[in-house]
Amino acid sequence: MTDTVIRSTGSPAGGPVVQLVDVSKVFGGSAGRVEALSAIDLSIASGEFVSLIGPSGCGKSTLLRIVGDLIPATDGTVTVNGKPARDARLDRDYGMVFQAPVLFDWRTVQKNVELPLEILRRPKPEREAKAQAMLELVELGSFADHRPWQLSGGMQQRVAIARALALDPAILLMDEPFGALDEMTRERMNLELLRIWDRTGTTVIFVTHSIPEAVFLSTRVVVMSARPGRITDVIEIDLPRDRNVETREMDRYFELVTRVREALRSGEGGSADASASARVRAEGLSA
Amino acid sequence: MSVAVTTPSGRSAAARIGSGLRDWVPAAAVLVGFLVVWQLVVSIFQIKQFILPGPIAIAEAWQEDLPALWAATTYTLSEIITGLVLGVSAGLLVGVLTARFATARESLMPFAIAANSVPILAFAPVFNNWFGVANPLSKAMVAAVLCFFPVMINTVRGLTSVQPAALELMRSYAAGQLEVFRRVRVPNALPFIFTALRLSTTLATIGAIVGEYFAAPRSSLGQYIATASGFLNFERSWAAIVFAAAIGIGLYVLVVALERLVMPWYGSRDEVT
Repeated sequence: MTDTVIRSTGSPAGGPVVQLVDVSKVFGGSAGRVEALSAIDLSIASGEFVSLIGPSGCGKSTLLRIVGDLIPATDGTVTVNGKPARDARLDRDYGMVFQAPVLFDWRTVQKNVELPLEILRRPKPEREAKAQAMLELVELGSFADHRPWQLSGGMQQRVAIARALALDPAILLMDEPFGALDEMTRERMNLELLRIWDRTGTTVIFVTHSIPEAVFLSTRVVVMSARPGRITDVIEIDLPRDRNVETREMDRYFELVTRVREALRSGEGGSADASASARVRAEGLSA
Repeated sequence: MSVAVTTPSGRSAAARIGSGLRDWVPAAAVLVGFLVVWQLVVSIFQIKQFILPGPIAIAEAWQEDLPALWAATTYTLSEIITGLVLGVSAGLLVGVLTARFATARESLMPFAIAANSVPILAFAPVFNNWFGVANPLSKAMVAAVLCFFPVMINTVRGLTSVQPAALELMRSYAAGQLEVFRRVRVPNALPFIFTALRLSTTLATIGAIVGEYFAAPRSSLGQYIATASGFLNFERSWAAIVFAAAIGIGLYVLVVALERLVMPWYGSRDEVT
């Protein structure tokens, strides 16, 4: 079954899929300059699952948007699949999932998933077959003819994931995709996402506020600090690949959660209130 | 609300019309009851015809003068429709252009919003002077100007009030401006535009009839009502008002029907959530 799913093309010549060298981002003019990101170096290999975690305002969403060429970097180079990020975007190498599902009410679930294929002018039979396959992948095959508002928040986000995967993207960019979901749904969605990642082999960059989520999902967790946004630590998550409900009860899992939490705290450099407000926000979102 | 109950397409057309009829029954009952009470009040309290004629007297006047009433109604209706077509198409066109160019948006929108609160009906005598009292265009233009601003403003709002994430999504697909316009902005604007269209049917009807009060050919609803009232023939005034109301309601219902046809997703959305 796994063989039937198209594995996305990794980077040519086995190099990194995403390569960031000395990337910085400054918002605003000379008066209200905000240094959002500073000296970001990061290399992501094909098939990795990398989480970006940090307090509010650390620029993790900005970094994700720079990788996806949704906003330009002020300085530094962003190479994706061996080409500039802009070319990667024009080649449709990305799949995007936002915190809001961004589904269109005027389209059925099926038609929402077909949207990127329509933009690429793919023939109708191909569009329908692909959308159906992606909906099966997120286990919503029987909801094809429903309208987005008829689905629960978790189901809507699964449709958004199906849509993001419709073009077999090399990289899946996810910006707090489960941030608005309740804790139970969120944990189910985490398992779901790991299964999808396993079957598609897509490289994932995942922005989150949640330490347990980052540890549970990732192969690596990138810890960031605010003002200016910097990478303060990169933590390898050496949990076994076939993760499940029991993984969350493993000693190693708790060790890694603690390790990420400490990295976040030391990254703050004593400004405890910032991380506290980040925690409050994360809890507020999951409530 | 994990599993949805019905799909819009799941309901057959017949079932929808059937439930539509059922929805109308209470309203029809209220209307009939209202007419009966009206007639009873007029008869029992012997209210003078020139203060409030009863429904029966109005119906008689309606029957007596039907050819003249009908001629006046068609004349006014053609003004209203001309005004609607001109005002709505100009509003859509200018709205689309305004939404497209940020500078146009910033420079035009404040004026459009200000102009929208100007009592445009006050210009009716001026329009009569410009286009000629006998020219139906003088009233059609009042109606058109009344419709223009709400349509333009709502078109701009609908086209520009797109979720930023939706635009980012389209950008990630490397979709061109035209694709974004066609697949995101226009569907997003439709509910806004239809709100303006509903309003426009009412505004155009008011604009044409009030425009006719100032000056118009005898065979127009406005002049018919004014003349009949002048001769204390209030049953005839009321008969004409019934026609005017029918035009207003009819056009409104037409827009609502069009809305259901163009945006079937929109109405049924509230049923589930």
